[in-house]
Amino acid sequence: MFGYYLKLATRNLRRNLGLTALMIGAVALGIAVCVMTLTMYRAMSGNPIWWKNDVLYAVTMDFWDPQQPYWDDKPELPPEQLTYRDALAVFASDIPERKVIMHKATGILSLDGKQVKPERVTTRVTTKDFFAMFDVPFQYGGAWTDAADTGPEPVMVISRRMNDTLFRGENSVGRRIRWNDNEFRVVGVRDHWLPLPTFYDVNNGSLEEPEDVYIPFGWNAALEIYSAGNTNGWKPEDITSYQGFLDSENIWIQMWVELPDLAAHDRFRNFLDNYATEQKKAGRYQRPLNNRLTRPDQWLVDNDVVGNDDRVLVGLAFAFLAVCLLNTVGLLLAKFLNGASITGVRRALGASRRQVFAQHLVEVGVTSGLGALLGLALGGLMLVGLRALYTVDPADAGGTQALAHVDLTSVATALVLALIATMAAGLYPAWRIGRIPPATYLKAQ
Amino acid sequence: MLEMNGISKIYRTDLIETHALRNFSLKVGDGEFVAVTGPSGSGKTTFMNVAGLLEVFDTGTYRLDGADVSRLSDEQRSRLRNEKIGFIFQSFNLIPDLDIYDNVDVPLRYRRLPAKDRDQRIKSALEVVGLSSRMHHMPSQLSGGQQQRAAIARALAGDPRFLLADEPTGNVDSLMARQVMDLLEQINEMGTTIIMVTHDPELARRAHRNVHIVDGQISDFRPYEPRAEIEAAAVAAGPTPMVMSQA
Repeated sequence: MFGYYLKLATRNLRRNLGLTALMIGAVALGIAVCVMTLTMYRAMSGNPIWWKNDVLYAVTMDFWDPQQPYWDDKPELPPEQLTYRDALAVFASDIPERKVIMHKATGILSLDGKQVKPERVTTRVTTKDFFAMFDVPFQYGGAWTDAADTGPEPVMVISRRMNDTLFRGENSVGRRIRWNDNEFRVVGVRDHWLPLPTFYDVNNGSLEEPEDVYIPFGWNAALEIYSAGNTNGWKPEDITSYQGFLDSENIWIQMWVELPDLAAHDRFRNFLDNYATEQKKAGRYQRPLNNRLTRPDQWLVDNDVVGNDDRVLVGLAFAFLAVCLLNTVGLLLAKFLNGASITGVRRALGASRRQVFAQHLVEVGVTSGLGALLGLALGGLMLVGLRALYTVDPADAGGTQALAHVDLTSVATALVLALIATMAAGLYPAWRIGRIPPATYLKAQ
Repeated sequence: MLEMNGISKIYRTDLIETHALRNFSLKVGDGEFVAVTGPSGSGKTTFMNVAGLLEVFDTGTYRLDGADVSRLSDEQRSRLRNEKIGFIFQSFNLIPDLDIYDNVDVPLRYRRLPAKDRDQRIKSALEVVGLSSRMHHMPSQLSGGQQQRAAIARALAGDPRFLLADEPTGNVDSLMARQVMDLLEQINEMGTTIIMVTHDPELARRAHRNVHIVDGQISDFRPYEPRAEIEAAAVAAGPTPMVMSQA
């Protein structure tokens, strides 16, 4: 009978195309909004480096104001960044297998010969382990050396997009670029890379694009590079020079370490505690000892990467889906009751309530299935549009890549939920039409 | 075949109660052709709905083909309707977006018959009513008389024990009405019991027996007349073709 019901369902849907389009449209719109919101939510709440979750740690230490914690709502957590001098001191440890200190900056990029217009670019001032630690892919070349970090040597890694702009996508390793009027040599071209959320620096929004340019951390002092991200301090300081800024209690450096096992973790934790204790003796770190090594998944939670607003948005999306489904219930009911006389004839000819219910449920299924498919396509388009709004770099984060980043599980989850919801919504109209006595329909004829 | 004893059916609203059938008793034998007449609102349609298991009644008993069908479930009543009862409605009640073949197929689908068997029954029923060449026409492409014949084919395809016809000639012209009646008589002669509601005394006279309903009760029985007398009366009324035309 399923085949027969399916045939009747498609015939009925064709019979009133306007109403059918309205129903499918309502379901599709609700599902599209849900898919889009859920996908964005998943992208923001997902751990983009889950495969290294057990070995990567964000390093934080609590040296903040002894009178009040850094976070009002999470007083147990230390600040999310370090001072320059603390970062350098901790970076000196040889316990981690890999270690990174870094910050975001901006600079003007230009080429000698003026073939291209100078462009302001986001830059990550970092140490060389950044690339290996976060599994950053390379199109050409690779990271710089330890010596380049300490030198510092005038080397740089650029993004694929920047390489396309400056060198038309050719292998630019060895080519010269000017950054804030200082000449750097390209040692590597980063390939497409879009970790969402940008877990390694959550100071400036978690949907930021990765930087276009990477230069060694050692250039901070030499070029007096300030942070383009958040810089916070807890006490008034008379800062009159860049060196004064480096020596201040301002926090602006992010630090991550890679610790291969628990033993390394414990040793590094002891190292941090010893350092903090020494600082206490020197009159700093007046708050209780609170050094933390935080894994990426917990780091995203601690830093409210997925905020309450996002959860509210997901709730609203589902509320919108519910409204769409309620509308669909109304339309289904109207459609089924409109065809009640035909149902009456079928009942007179031997269709039981159960059979009438099943027939209409198949029609609901076909409607919701079509709505779900259309909703998925619509959701995809919405995501492409949304990504286009966020994206600075169309090559690195075009809609296609953004969609590719979205794992199919979230789409499938939204889809299955929507199908179940729509089917549930169709239960009442299908049940209702089966309950009306057949003689009533026949009289209506 | 059909035996009703003391059947009552009351329609209730918040304000009024309408007694559609009052202590209604009727017995119809195998192979009978019974005409049910009565003024509007007398309870004819309610009687047909109850007889066709389309409506439940409040009191009394109802035996159909030897079995008590007074308190059956919806599933059981639907099965009985499908297997033993054929319906012919005044307004044909063909499903407008199915062609004639698919319309006749409807009751057979619910009986879950194999496709080959269904096909055989559909073609055979359409042949009986003279619509073989129109089986893929849509109802809207047929005249009123053809639509009613299609509806009769649909009722016949399931090979029912009895036919319930509610004003079967009400929406066709007099020539077609006679053809439809001829067809019903042919079907009756093949052994199918027929109960027909009609306002037309002439058509009622062609039945074996006439049951007149007033205020939900039987007010009058017209005694059984042999077929010869009925045919004689029909001849006096004028000639009617006995074979269905394709027109």
